[in-house]
Amino acid sequence: MNGNATNPQATPPAEAEAVQPVGYDFGLSRRGFVQVLGAGLLVAVSPMPALAQRGGGRGGGQGARTISARIHFGKDGTITLLTGKVEAGQGARAELSQAAAEELRLPASRIQLLMSDTGLTPDDGVTAGSGSTPRTVPAIRRGAAAARQALVDFASRRWGVEPAAVEVRGGQAVHGPTQRALSYADLAASEDAPKPLEQPIPANVSFTPVTQWKVLGLPTPRPNGRDIVTGAHKFPSDILRPGMLYGKVLRAPAYGAKLTAIDLGPAKAMKDVAAVRDDQFVGVAAPTTFQAEQALAAIAKTAQWERVPHPSSKDLFAHLKESARGGLPANPFQEELAQAKQVLRQTYRVAYIQHAPLEPRAAVAEWADGKVTVWTGSQNPFGCRSELARAFHLPEDHARVIVPDFGGGFGGKHTGEAAVEAARLAQAAGRPVSLRWTRAEEFTWAYFRPAALIAVEASLDGQGSLTSWHFVNVNSGGSAIDTPYRAGKKSCPFVGADAPLRHGSYRALAATANNFARESFMDELAAAAGVDPLQFRLAHLENPRLRAVLETAAQRFGWQEAVGKKTPNLGVGLACGTEKGSYVAACAEVEADEAESKLVVRRVTQVFECGPVLNPSGLASQVAGAVIMGLGPALREEMRFQDGQILNATFRKYLAPRFQDVPELDIHLLNRADLEPAGAGETPIIAIAPAVANALFRATGRRARTMPLWETT
Amino acid sequence: MVKAMTGMDKTFTFTVNGQARTVATDPERPLLQVLREDLQLTGTKYGCGEGQCHACTVLINGKSMPSCITPVRNVDQQSIHTIEGLAQGQQLHAVQEAFLAEDAFQCGYCTPGMILGVVSLLNDSPNPSDAEIRSRLHGHLCRCCNYPNLIKAIHRAAAQVQ
Repeated sequence: MNGNATNPQATPPAEAEAVQPVGYDFGLSRRGFVQVLGAGLLVAVSPMPALAQRGGGRGGGQGARTISARIHFGKDGTITLLTGKVEAGQGARAELSQAAAEELRLPASRIQLLMSDTGLTPDDGVTAGSGSTPRTVPAIRRGAAAARQALVDFASRRWGVEPAAVEVRGGQAVHGPTQRALSYADLAASEDAPKPLEQPIPANVSFTPVTQWKVLGLPTPRPNGRDIVTGAHKFPSDILRPGMLYGKVLRAPAYGAKLTAIDLGPAKAMKDVAAVRDDQFVGVAAPTTFQAEQALAAIAKTAQWERVPHPSSKDLFAHLKESARGGLPANPFQEELAQAKQVLRQTYRVAYIQHAPLEPRAAVAEWADGKVTVWTGSQNPFGCRSELARAFHLPEDHARVIVPDFGGGFGGKHTGEAAVEAARLAQAAGRPVSLRWTRAEEFTWAYFRPAALIAVEASLDGQGSLTSWHFVNVNSGGSAIDTPYRAGKKSCPFVGADAPLRHGSYRALAATANNFARESFMDELAAAAGVDPLQFRLAHLENPRLRAVLETAAQRFGWQEAVGKKTPNLGVGLACGTEKGSYVAACAEVEADEAESKLVVRRVTQVFECGPVLNPSGLASQVAGAVIMGLGPALREEMRFQDGQILNATFRKYLAPRFQDVPELDIHLLNRADLEPAGAGETPIIAIAPAVANALFRATGRRARTMPLWETT
Repeated sequence: MVKAMTGMDKTFTFTVNGQARTVATDPERPLLQVLREDLQLTGTKYGCGEGQCHACTVLINGKSMPSCITPVRNVDQQSIHTIEGLAQGQQLHAVQEAFLAEDAFQCGYCTPGMILGVVSLLNDSPNPSDAEIRSRLHGHLCRCCNYPNLIKAIHRAAAQVQ
């Protein structure tokens, strides 16, 4: 990619902010707060910026205005790149290092990356929505290219030569004819350093063209990999502070239950234990987790709760249908239906699932001089800072959020509830507190990927062409809801409903549900039209990039041969899709024996294209990981709940993919160096479930229209 | 001696990475918490607290065990190895090298437990088949689902160790 990049301040996709924070409010009650404000006394309690900046940090981020806000050049030669993005295993640390190194003309190993510290780094927005590649990579390249230009200007002035006679290579400005060289460290040490480095980063710097890339495009390992394999890396749950206590928070026995009474006495009577109640928030802090658990158990026995009714997962889809806002929209294409050779309608269902990152929510909070510092695993550090500011009525700059590389997010860690809870406990204890949620807490009180009820109706003419397409998603969202296939008339509305569980982002959001329904239904339509599902799709598909991944996947998998083979209990299926500017197709072979309750995914080919490949090894890991992660909700994962309680809040009952689920895997990346790069953390997950569902049909003759597929078999 | 006081405390002595350690603590406390909170060895991770994800794997007398469901009373007079003790100075263990070479981690949170699980596997079976790897490591959960690279790393480590 060349020339001007897109604006890094562009608003990120709205769905990245789909989840509601818990909304803790400590100290003054909301009502009391307004009254104080009305009395003109607010400033004495909490300066205005806390409120004025409510929306701050929850969008795309302001990025870095100047070179020095983006990159620090040490006089000793160290180069530190600053970014508000986080690393949760998706590969940002390697990729963003590459982006800076490419434009500075250095090896990536020369870059130190300081990530996601609201006190030090620019706000690059929430790490979500596959946004780091299309937005933060260009923003960093722009800052680094401006720094390179500053070095050229510095050298040309120093030597009295034309800037065009200065070349930057190996991190040095070089004047060929005289063999003189100046480094970024020389620039940093020079008297006029502050001036160019404090300049706003110009919008029109020139990027290194893709054909000249020396760092981007090459496999780049995670820079702090050694700390990962030695156990030296400190995840948020590993942070230790002097005098630190371990916290526990009292959880309601069921969703919606209100605490009416509790006696903190038994906990307060224990040595070195602090206990606090602040309206509905109750927690303890103790010198060890074991003691904190004992203290919490002692007061939990005294708690009295008022419970409310809550729908159960058994009635989930009826509940969604009944509560769909405005009801299900009627099919507007009655004329097409009347004239059609065939009309098909089906309903698809997708259960609630959870991200279940291996590191549950964790935070260490420490107060000093009325300011709080929190180390936590959040995909949204600046949003987390806002949550702290709101909860404690602080100006935003009195809360600092530091995000060490953490143990998995997958869209599940956009909120800062653990940070706020840790901060409340630390405030009560007067000492730093580490709060680490248990697996059961994570499974119950983190948020979920929304369940979906999807009703589809389509009409075919005598030639087997789609004349109308009516696709309604209830509850889960509008991501990838529009069909990429040609149809005479199309209508694809999303309808909200009364969601029984707190839901939010999950890798690819609703694109997985929408693609599952669409690609399953396309298979059913192909069968109705008597056409091979690959040919049926291609006949309705114009987008050349989507055609390319689909045709490549079918060819690598040996689709024609495999689909013609009739082997008992074996079946093949395919699916494709596009979301956020990247393209995916998957072919799967399954072995299913309904009599023996056996369903094994034996072989998967997946082809993926997201423009130019920036880090081939990182991308291959993301794509393979997404396929296997996607097998979980396709086959088995679902949240079961009843009477306001999660029934399977444990890895014994929530069956995430394991070693034995790994199929024979062929991952193929199409590299399109002529296009703009798109993100890759999400779209690779959307094709596997429908490919498996379609394969299951060919193995058993039965359509599974609910994810997880296994429950319906 | 490290002391975490409650009324029920008893004294336990064991070695961690070859070093003698003594703790006075509740006998029922999980070894995981003692390692992390009393001995500040935070390389061993909590993932589920019920032995279902094996992020907390340590070697007890050379055998891989989930430390989250191992009460500290069970390790009195035993030998424990954690991820912190695997490298010899700057020299990484072959399994650690193989994990780096094959990008065998994404978020890296399962990695310490996974590496010790692989060390134990290779002790028992120096050249494991794919089927053996899948079956022996079935308890180790990687939520990033980086299993294909993990399998490559295990074969690479096996080739190195031999």
